[in-house]
Amino acid sequence: MNPHMVLRVVSKLLIPIIIVFGLYVHFHGDYSPGGGFQAGVLVAVGVMLYALIYGVEEARRAVPPWTVRAGAALGVLVFAGVGVASWILGGNYLEYEVLHPDTAYKAGQHLGIILVEIGVLLTVFSVILAIFYAFAGRAPDIPDEEW
Amino acid sequence: MIDMIVTDPTLLIEYTLMAMLLAVGVAIVRLRDLFAVVMLLGVYSLLSAAWFVSLDALDVGFTEAAVGAGISTLLLLAAMLLTARSAEPVSAIRHWSAFAVALAGGAALFYAIGDMPAFGDPDAPANAYVGLQYLERTQADIGVPNVVTAVLASYRGFDTLGEVVVIFAAGLGVMLLLGMGGRKPRKDGEGEE
Repeated sequence: MNPHMVLRVVSKLLIPIIIVFGLYVHFHGDYSPGGGFQAGVLVAVGVMLYALIYGVEEARRAVPPWTVRAGAALGVLVFAGVGVASWILGGNYLEYEVLHPDTAYKAGQHLGIILVEIGVLLTVFSVILAIFYAFAGRAPDIPDEEW
Repeated sequence: MIDMIVTDPTLLIEYTLMAMLLAVGVAIVRLRDLFAVVMLLGVYSLLSAAWFVSLDALDVGFTEAAVGAGISTLLLLAAMLLTARSAEPVSAIRHWSAFAVALAGGAALFYAIGDMPAFGDPDAPANAYVGLQYLERTQADIGVPNVVTAVLASYRGFDTLGEVVVIFAAGLGVMLLLGMGGRKPRKDGEGEE
């Protein structure tokens, strides 16, 4: 029997909850504490927990390094792209009001904040995971007797 | 102090957390086994996260819990696996000089406490000028209940873009230096590249 049976079962239950909580922290960031930074960290922690229990190679199969590399750049592009979009729509750089015609409910502001926070989430998640892969890919996995 | 705790029981939680932080800090200094030190650093972060929550800094609290207790612990663990498992003994002179520096720094901070505004003081500079403006205007300007998010993503959107670029640059630096594939050294001793 695998010596980490309890860890494996518990982490399998916990990882989806951690990731959903991370996304909640992101999309509820307008109303409660949190936002893209914290959400990115939480989602990355979910993947890192997976790597810790099942090994880095398994995690690399679940979230391949190329997605992490692309995600880091994509996040910055999304953030900067929202600025360019508001430019094209006739506003100043990162002036969110022009993104949505409904000015009574500040829909443009809500939309802009959620979009730039998605950029933050992508970059933070990817960079943390990239640093983790860079370190953990070089370190040997912890041998069983040291747990 | 006892009557303060009776009137405000949450103080008891804060004093307990501070005492636990001190105990963990002393244990970290005393230990030689780096595996235990890394684990205790995680405990230290978790305790500080609890302390931030008791100070109503909820978002700082759970960032500390995720970054300090989660990610830093894992990265330190990986660094430890790549280097040494236990610390070299340090001479007593270096111990005492480090202690003297910490004591002097701590004394300076204690001296400065007298000039600090009380916790949550509405007349404190942090709450009085631009902070008050944000609190008054966010509802009309942005329409978002969480003022922190409004400042971070909308009023100071350009700063946050800069921060994201900084994070991206940091990740890029690590990727360029260490690579992402985690190529393990080849067995024939040829080296990596």
